Amino acid sequence: MASILQRIGAATSLSSSNSFDTKKFNLSSPRSVIGRKVSNLDVRSNGANKMNGGMNCQIGGRADHFVTNAVATKPEAPAASTASKPGHELLLFEALREGLEEEMERDARVCIMGEDVGHYGGSYKVSKGLAPKYGDLRVLDTPIAENAFTGMGIGAAMMGLRPIIEGMNMGFLLLAFNQISNNCGMLHYTSGGQFKIPVVIRGPGGVGRQLGAEHSQRLESYFQSIPGIQMVACSTPYNAKGLMKAAIRSDNPVILFEHVLLYNLKETIPDEEYVLNLEEAEMVRPGEHVTILTYSRMRYHVMQAAKTLVNKGYDPEVIDIRSLKPFDLHTIGNSVKKTHRVLIVEECMRTGGIGASLTAAINENFQDYLDAPIVCLSSQDVPTPYAGTLEEWTVVQPPQIVAAVEQLCR
Amino acid sequence: MSSATFSATTAGPHLPLYTTRARSHDQNPMFDPLKKSASFLGSSTKLSFNSTTTTKLTRANSVARSPIVAVSEVKEKKSKPISNLLITKEEGLDLYEDMILGRAFEDMCAQMYYRGKMFGFVHLYNGQEAVSTGFIRLLKKEDSVVSTYRDHVHSLSKGVPARAVMSELFGKTTGCCRGQGGSMHMFSKEHNVLGGFAFIGEGIPVATGAAFSSKYRREVLGKADCDHVTCAFFGDGTANNGQFFECLNMAALWKLPIVFVVENNLWAIGMSHLRATSDPEIWKKGPAFGMPGVHVDGMDVLKVREVAKEAIDRARRGEGPTLVECETYRFRGHSLADPDELRDPAEKAHYAARDPISALKKYMFENNLASEAELKAIEKKIDEVVEDAVEFADESPHPDRSQLLENVFADPRGFGIGPDGRYRCEDPKFTQGTAHV
Repeated sequence: MASILQRIGAATSLSSSNSFDTKKFNLSSPRSVIGRKVSNLDVRSNGANKMNGGMNCQIGGRADHFVTNAVATKPEAPAASTASKPGHELLLFEALREGLEEEMERDARVCIMGEDVGHYGGSYKVSKGLAPKYGDLRVLDTPIAENAFTGMGIGAAMMGLRPIIEGMNMGFLLLAFNQISNNCGMLHYTSGGQFKIPVVIRGPGGVGRQLGAEHSQRLESYFQSIPGIQMVACSTPYNAKGLMKAAIRSDNPVILFEHVLLYNLKETIPDEEYVLNLEEAEMVRPGEHVTILTYSRMRYHVMQAAKTLVNKGYDPEVIDIRSLKPFDLHTIGNSVKKTHRVLIVEECMRTGGIGASLTAAINENFQDYLDAPIVCLSSQDVPTPYAGTLEEWTVVQPPQIVAAVEQLCR
Repeated sequence: MSSATFSATTAGPHLPLYTTRARSHDQNPMFDPLKKSASFLGSSTKLSFNSTTTTKLTRANSVARSPIVAVSEVKEKKSKPISNLLITKEEGLDLYEDMILGRAFEDMCAQMYYRGKMFGFVHLYNGQEAVSTGFIRLLKKEDSVVSTYRDHVHSLSKGVPARAVMSELFGKTTGCCRGQGGSMHMFSKEHNVLGGFAFIGEGIPVATGAAFSSKYRREVLGKADCDHVTCAFFGDGTANNGQFFECLNMAALWKLPIVFVVENNLWAIGMSHLRATSDPEIWKKGPAFGMPGVHVDGMDVLKVREVAKEAIDRARRGEGPTLVECETYRFRGHSLADPDELRDPAEKAHYAARDPISALKKYMFENNLASEAELKAIEKKIDEVVEDAVEFADESPHPDRSQLLENVFADPRGFGIGPDGRYRCEDPKFTQGTAHV
């Protein structure tokens, strides 16, 4: 990762394959600002918000991704902001906090609960400053009892509050699996629709820097089968804030996956309020030759590989799927119809991971449009080793992505 | 007000404390736990008694020949100037009706199950009515109740119509959960019944959350008069589960308005409480977490009610949670599928003699609170209610296919965006229930 990604208090060592050009990195990733979403009150372009009375489906507004004239293939170009104001620069964890704070300000029922979220400000400082501002009940420091406090959040949600439950590390939420699966996912259904569970379950996950196996877990694959929940993964300050706000406002239980290594990403985000769409994918880089689907940290490995690929004459289309459940089959489908080749790059485990589900979904829906079998690059199915070299080989690295694209586009 | 004030340090009210050793308060040697004869008591290793407990035992044995006597003892300790009865006639009739409803309903469930109208796992409450009635009839509509899979009677006591519960059991669309929950998942938003949970222990955090929301409403949302209380009901088996302890801690820590009600009926399916628990006196676990722990005779609705009143009032006043252990018994097996072979017939007979309904009836007659005719009229009325519930459930329609996908998400956009760019929930196959999610 880029040298600017300094984890709080820890020095980062760069392995050469992971280095990013700092300069490029400090600028907003062009896609995320240019393909930006305007406020959710705007009418959307694709007519996707046509209401069909049957399901009582209220569409807030689909964001318009395909602002094709703003395609900037040169990352060095300054991000053309469509905002009237220049925006403000911040780090990803600050963007999350901004989203949290804005929603807490807007709705007094929004509260946070988790270990060390209050006085400590959160293990990654996402909730720093919120407890002094909103009090110890709204930003609740819980004892170490994940299953119980997750269930408590669910009970509070049933009674009208909108809790955000933090797992200090996503891996700890394994202890809350009973509550997440049985109560979070199922209660709305088993109660015949009487109770809703508008909780947000969030926390840092993914493979970090030699954190050891248990702190380097990817729970996307474990939770994805639970009916009744939505899962999103943020990857930039822009989408982190937007997804946080969307997740809080959603009446469904949403699991928001953050990544330990992305908290210090810097970006300029708009000053005015925006909320992203939970169900939509993000077009990072339009292209013609191959569709690369990715999410979270792997997006950056993909973009790094993309630079190499562009130099070699390829034109990859990179989509950050963002919504891990459900998949945005429209954005993904349109891309497949265009490029006919799909490469999935994920940090999840190979077995039963997001990539596996995505492969199945694309095969089912877009089989006719594929010129080659889908290639899925996932992490190795090993408990993440502590040793740095082994850890590096556990996750997908840019050279592997480049090789896979070359193979796919032969 | 009542003499049963709880302090966090003392063991409980000054009622004759029946330890779980003295499950029967008569001289039947079958139940002398110091004797190793009865195998159903489980492990024959010595239970941790000391001489003081034994003394209490004999004292208890000699004092309480029947529950009614103990009730009188309670009333003697109270300073009620006006009447020396624990309940008014109105209250008595309400309690009686509620218990009769619980009993008749569950009996009907058994019938309907064996006639093939009800399926799966059905757990009946016969024998435990005093706990549900004793607690829930004291609650307001805005108070919440959380239960386990033995939840039919809790729902009825809270006010969910018998029709809605019976329909739900038949799996009909008019059930309180549209037929989607079933016997183990009774919910009612209107009456604040928060479930109905199949895994024991998983409801307790939900109850803790409901109590938390009550405190939140008062302190953050500014509704200063919000004093809603939550009652969490669960069994002796659950009292060994981690979630139970985690919630005791949090509830006491934040002084949440919740009452933890342990319905100790001595058996977790076929596992005797004494074989599963290092220290079987569950009420003792309260003070360990900083809340009062109370033990009460759960076969006596008036005693339960007295304890419940104080626990609920404590919670309402903002003084925090209470752990109440109700010594009770289920007359039937764990579920309708349970052959119930492990329990000693003598034990069952002993508790059958302490049927809470007969006990209340006797109390009301002895104190001239009701006549035979009045009680018969109630029984008849309840019979009609239950018959009507069955008829209603029978005639109600089964859920349509279109119902299949309807309540998966509160916001159906959660099904995502389809290949055509429209939200999948707009696809007619969703309203028909034939779409593949």
